[in-house]
Amino acid sequence: MFNILQYPFIQNALLAGSCVAVVAAIVGYFMVVRGLTFAGHALPNIGFAGAAGAVLLGIDPVIGLFAFTIGAAIGIGILGKRLNERDTAIGIIMTFTLGLGILFLSLYAGYAERVYSILFGQIVGISPVDVQITAVSSLLTFILVLILFRPLLFSSFDPEVAEARGVPVRPLTIIFLVMIAITVSLAVQVVGALLVFTLLIGPAATAIRVARSPLWAIVIAISLGVCYTCLGIFLAANNGVWPVSFFIASISFGVYLPVRFLSPLWRGRQERTSDPAINRGRSAWGADSDTASQEGDQEQRNTFEVMEHMQGSPKARGEV
Amino acid sequence: MIEFIDYWLGLFQHEVVQNAFLAGTMVAIITAIMGYFVVLRAQAFAGEALADIGFAGATGAAVLGVSSLIGMFFLTVLAALGMGTLGERIRGRDVEIGMVLSFALGLGVLFLTIYSQFGSNATEGVGVLFGSILSVTRSDVLITLVCGVAILILLALVFRPLLFASIDPEVAETRGVPVRFLSILFLVLLGITTAETVLVVGVLLVLALLIAPAASAVQLSHRPLTSILLSVTLGLLITWGGLILAFVGTWGHFPVSFYISAASALCYFISVGVNRLRSPRRYRDIPPSCSTCSSPYATPIPSRLLSTREPANMVD
Repeated sequence: MFNILQYPFIQNALLAGSCVAVVAAIVGYFMVVRGLTFAGHALPNIGFAGAAGAVLLGIDPVIGLFAFTIGAAIGIGILGKRLNERDTAIGIIMTFTLGLGILFLSLYAGYAERVYSILFGQIVGISPVDVQITAVSSLLTFILVLILFRPLLFSSFDPEVAEARGVPVRPLTIIFLVMIAITVSLAVQVVGALLVFTLLIGPAATAIRVARSPLWAIVIAISLGVCYTCLGIFLAANNGVWPVSFFIASISFGVYLPVRFLSPLWRGRQERTSDPAINRGRSAWGADSDTASQEGDQEQRNTFEVMEHMQGSPKARGEV
Repeated sequence: MIEFIDYWLGLFQHEVVQNAFLAGTMVAIITAIMGYFVVLRAQAFAGEALADIGFAGATGAAVLGVSSLIGMFFLTVLAALGMGTLGERIRGRDVEIGMVLSFALGLGVLFLTIYSQFGSNATEGVGVLFGSILSVTRSDVLITLVCGVAILILLALVFRPLLFASIDPEVAETRGVPVRFLSILFLVLLGITTAETVLVVGVLLVLALLIAPAASAVQLSHRPLTSILLSVTLGLLITWGGLILAFVGTWGHFPVSFYISAASALCYFISVGVNRLRSPRRYRDIPPSCSTCSSPYATPIPSRLLSTREPANMVD
């Protein structure tokens, strides 16, 4: 059963997959915190269109991949200022580039094998050179995150306060989107457009439910990501027929579900016993965990929100 | 000119063309109306996720040998119920949708692999991804029509509470609107809508029809009914335009999905541009209506409040 680990292509797949999983977990953590899940789904698809365009032009698909994802990331950053608008902007940009991708594919006479492999992933066809490239660029992205760590974290959790304290929130958002784009372009070549999303969201979503501090969440997300990837590749290699993406997606979902349903139990108790004031502030996060005991609070909060809404929040007035 | 009309009449005698136009028209109307609520509720991601889940459903149905429409209906409705019960607030909901989506994508890839193992190649699955309006059959058209009419009737029944709950869920809840139930019902309707839309434009482009007409309409008008009418008009124009361009093939035989997505994006960007150009005047109109309603409990909520643009953001 463990014999397959001797094959060099499995080793390559494990190495490249782990590198990608580490970076994806870190970037994914910030993505989940910032509510950018949709961008994580859209950018791989956009990259697919870019790759199709590059194949049509006869250049390396990787160039098309990077060009389209980075361009789209900047576009999303500029177009969508508010959460509501951003989702729409992401959707429109994604469908437009996908439409282009379909056009490119239909113009391209041959069967674009390479393009489909970008869609579904080709994790077992990775050369040692690919592993080196992936490792180096993952390391670079990792260092970039380390440099930007504090301001990024601050602006992710509380953009208003961060802006008031002089953190350049909007440039940071665009830089972060470009960072997602680079990560996605790296990962797409290894694991495929459909799987990137799983690696970005799965470990981070589970880790946030478990961990109590950002640093712990990131550490847990990284280890979960690497475990999922290695286990998934191993199972797929043993099975021989079923795709890696299916295994990784099911493992990730299988771990997330129990955590999702059980975490309110222990987190809810901890929070209720610790500090009611903090608890109230956090309610937007663990919305489902503490409804029963706080019906009264909920009502009061609603009243405040209603009043605030009626009088127009300061932000809305500022715009006026 | 007469040649042109003859050509068109001739074209419409083909059953393929009739089916495409019938299904396309129905889908354009439903997506435009549902899309208006999707944009208001900021649920674009849910729409996209349901479409991709439809991909898993269609490939799964292909493996089992049943109609892909049935597979899509089954999985999207199931996923819509799951997403509706799992996630409540915008932030949490995004992650829940993402997790369900990634699992569904994994399943879809698995089904596609199994299906292509059976000797046939992956064209069926790829057709689902990119849309194959030319392979729509009469029975598909019938199902689309029946479901479409059912969705329209249901929407008409819950129109007012749904609009209220979409624009301001907190206030709606305090006034006794069953917000939670409405949101689950809406997701289920959205699931059925996306399953139908997949037939026309394919999984990857459902979002174009769902969002672009509605988002453009919301940019251009703040009145709900005007927006919906505008959205339907734009949706029909985009769909018919795409179909006609693809059938006539003046500029080469490009796929319908490309024309539709390009037209949608163009439509959205133009309306954003128009909106930016005239926005200063509109903002000047708002302040008096906001400052006069400082005692919300004595009076019913003024309808003009409901028609201002994206008031849900003020609560955030």
